[in-house]
Amino acid sequence: MLFTSYAFPGFMAVLFLLYYLIPGRFQWKLLLAASYLFYFMAGPSWLLYILTTTATVYLAALRMEKMGLQQKSYLKAHREQLSKEEKKAYKDRVKAGQWRWLLACLLLNLGILAVVKYSNFAISNVNGLLRAAGSHRQLGFWDIALPMGISFYTFQALGYLIDVYRGTVAAEHNPFKLALFVSFFPQLIQGPISRFGDLARSLYEEHAFEARRFCFGLERILWGYFKKLVIADRILTGVNTIIRDPGTYRGAWVFVGMMFYALELYADFTGGIDITIGIAQALGIGVKENFNRPYFSKSVKEYWRRWHITMGTWFTDYIFYPISVCKPMLRLSRSARARLGENIGKRVPIYLSSFAVWLATGIWHGASWNFVVWGLGNWVVLMISQELEPLYARFHSRFDVQGTGGFRLFQVLRTILVMSCLRTFDCYRDVPLTFRMFGTLFTEHNWQILWDGSLLGIGLGGVDYGVLLAGLAALVAVSLLQRGGSVRERIAAKPYPVRFLLWYGLFLAVLLAGAYGIGYDASQFIYNQF
Amino acid sequence: MNRIWKFIGTGVIVLASLYLLQRLLAPKYVSDVVEGALIAEYYGEEKDHDVIFIGDCEVYENFSPVVLWQDFGINSYIRGSAQQLIWQSYYLLEDTLRYEKPRVVIFNVLAMQYDEPQREAYNRMTLEGMRWSRSKVDAIRASMTREEHFLDYVFPLLRYHARWSELGAEDVRYMFDTPRVSHNGYYMRVDVKPAENVPEGRILADYRFGDNAWTYLDKMTALCRENDIRLILVKAPSLYPYWYDQWEEQMEGYAAENGLLYINFLELVEETGLDFATDTYDGGLHLNLSGAEKISRYLGEALRQEAGLADRRGEAHLSQVWKDKTEAYERERERQYEELHSPAPSRGD
Repeated sequence: MLFTSYAFPGFMAVLFLLYYLIPGRFQWKLLLAASYLFYFMAGPSWLLYILTTTATVYLAALRMEKMGLQQKSYLKAHREQLSKEEKKAYKDRVKAGQWRWLLACLLLNLGILAVVKYSNFAISNVNGLLRAAGSHRQLGFWDIALPMGISFYTFQALGYLIDVYRGTVAAEHNPFKLALFVSFFPQLIQGPISRFGDLARSLYEEHAFEARRFCFGLERILWGYFKKLVIADRILTGVNTIIRDPGTYRGAWVFVGMMFYALELYADFTGGIDITIGIAQALGIGVKENFNRPYFSKSVKEYWRRWHITMGTWFTDYIFYPISVCKPMLRLSRSARARLGENIGKRVPIYLSSFAVWLATGIWHGASWNFVVWGLGNWVVLMISQELEPLYARFHSRFDVQGTGGFRLFQVLRTILVMSCLRTFDCYRDVPLTFRMFGTLFTEHNWQILWDGSLLGIGLGGVDYGVLLAGLAALVAVSLLQRGGSVRERIAAKPYPVRFLLWYGLFLAVLLAGAYGIGYDASQFIYNQF
Repeated sequence: MNRIWKFIGTGVIVLASLYLLQRLLAPKYVSDVVEGALIAEYYGEEKDHDVIFIGDCEVYENFSPVVLWQDFGINSYIRGSAQQLIWQSYYLLEDTLRYEKPRVVIFNVLAMQYDEPQREAYNRMTLEGMRWSRSKVDAIRASMTREEHFLDYVFPLLRYHARWSELGAEDVRYMFDTPRVSHNGYYMRVDVKPAENVPEGRILADYRFGDNAWTYLDKMTALCRENDIRLILVKAPSLYPYWYDQWEEQMEGYAAENGLLYINFLELVEETGLDFATDTYDGGLHLNLSGAEKISRYLGEALRQEAGLADRRGEAHLSQVWKDKTEAYERERERQYEELHSPAPSRGD
């Protein structure tokens, strides 16, 4: 069941009704049933995957917690008898035992993810190597469907497991409650990747109906549908026309495709997250924000702090920090400082940890070299930006442009352009083609397509562009207004007729200008595939 | 109290505006693709018909109820629509029986060639005009293609939401009422395009009609039997889509097996006096007025003889109704000839 299917609003209406009619202590159980029904309707056999992840993470977390408790009681009971060294040795043994459980569970679940998501990528690479070696033997591809949202729920579950290992959250003893945390349906499709400590309490507690909160949730959902149906799905036709025919659409078309895709991806992904957060809010559940107006970022570094925030923090907390402070890395850092000097040596752990993060980010986004190169491309840009910081500082000391509107605009446009260029890897069939297409930007001189009417020949008519421009204007206006605080709060303070006109107008915009139904290629949310 | 009124007022505004939008955005089928208006026109009729035609374009373009009345006193109506599939014909028959019980039902068998849903646009033209009933629900369920959704039929606004960019004056003028476009379901065309170079049918892998088609024909036969209605199968004299000998054999076999009258007008060209140089407006696919009137005369005689339908021209009220219909029919005939800058041939030519 997609957020954009007709069945989904019906599903939500029934859920909302039941949720606030039943006694509060049953609310989380209803959510669990709804989440599993939602997942069952997406693919009955996929339940097996999510059940395996839930069960293994549940058992491993309990086991680790039990070992920790045993350690506590043992040390308490033998406080007098044990020497400091014996206590440390005992603690180390327990920690090693917990580590084995953590590692086993991580390997199992990441293994499942790797098998279902990356097997065919691995096979295609092996086949490539075999061909390169002159062998005629080719491995057959696996007919294996990628369970919906597997990357999201796997990461969310493993984040919880690592937190239990670190002792930052207590293990959940009720398997059904943990099952709800892993499978909470609004965020199952495309995140955010929530932390147990952030989500659990509001997920399990009782929620009385609050009209204002419920309306705010519905308003957020409506705004999400506006982004998805009016903007993302409408511009999709143009994007597909351009990227699916690289032989025709070269040069300036690549630029157009990049810009259109930037808008599509933003509207699609943030629209989906708005729907997710809106549903959760209507249910009284607090889900963390995943975006903070990323296209207003002044640098790529800032952009990644504001785009897909929960994924970024997940990678930082569970990959970057563990790698940068692990013993081999510390040894390498010491060695690098000794051999290469303090200035370069101190950068080594940061660069290597960042490299790991961006490699993982790329692979997480998709099973192809395009995403690997995309991820590493981001790493290169970030590292270059970091290295150029002294140069920027010298520039700003000489030219006092920092803080001027024009320079801020330049920085914002530069960030959008850099990110759009990197995303070209997300669009084309393979990496060499992406580089070739990017090269045509400089070799083909067909910029006249921007004004000679050619843009009307890519499946988008004048009406489509009109709708898209209006949609884009609405996006920018709302983003600018958000700088002054919650837009919904401000609308809520207006007289009823104004509120009604605004929200009903938005509803009609979705209803009439939305790209849905027959005649439109109803697409899934782009991030579903992750 | 104030909140209740606010709630009621909001509800009324929302529902009224959505209703008006739906009326505005739905296609009107008045000056373009008029076939879409045919099914709904039936409900404005007095329901006392002797004969009901069901089927695709081969019924609504090839038979003239006015001739059946004028020459034989037979009160008939055509519930035809473009590419009407057999399950749609069946459910239209069920729907018709909610209002009246005709003595004869005539089904055009070309629809036997389709065993599964075909095109959404044609589904719309048949199904949207039906009034809501169990039959309509079943017809929609049987007809939907993969990309269609039942809810789009319940709320056509969802289907036509994007039409705001192509609205014309006609959409406003005919928001609540549309003029009649047919003559008891007959879609009149007087222009001529001779049938030349009619292509042969392409070779098919399998000439057998599908199970689904047979099931609905059986259901139609059973429904007519239950209601003591004479079912007559016809194949209109359209030269294309091609009617294969193998299909003909199957229909003849079915008619014989079930004791049904089956008339294939393709084999009665001489008897009906059809001339494909003058009696078709689109090269043999459909008949024009001249052709439709010729085969209607033949059919009228068959109905009189085979079904024993009485001449009702003596019924005062019915005669008055048909007098008005005939005048409208003649006016439309004159209008079309005028549009062609050609004098209308006098009756009997």
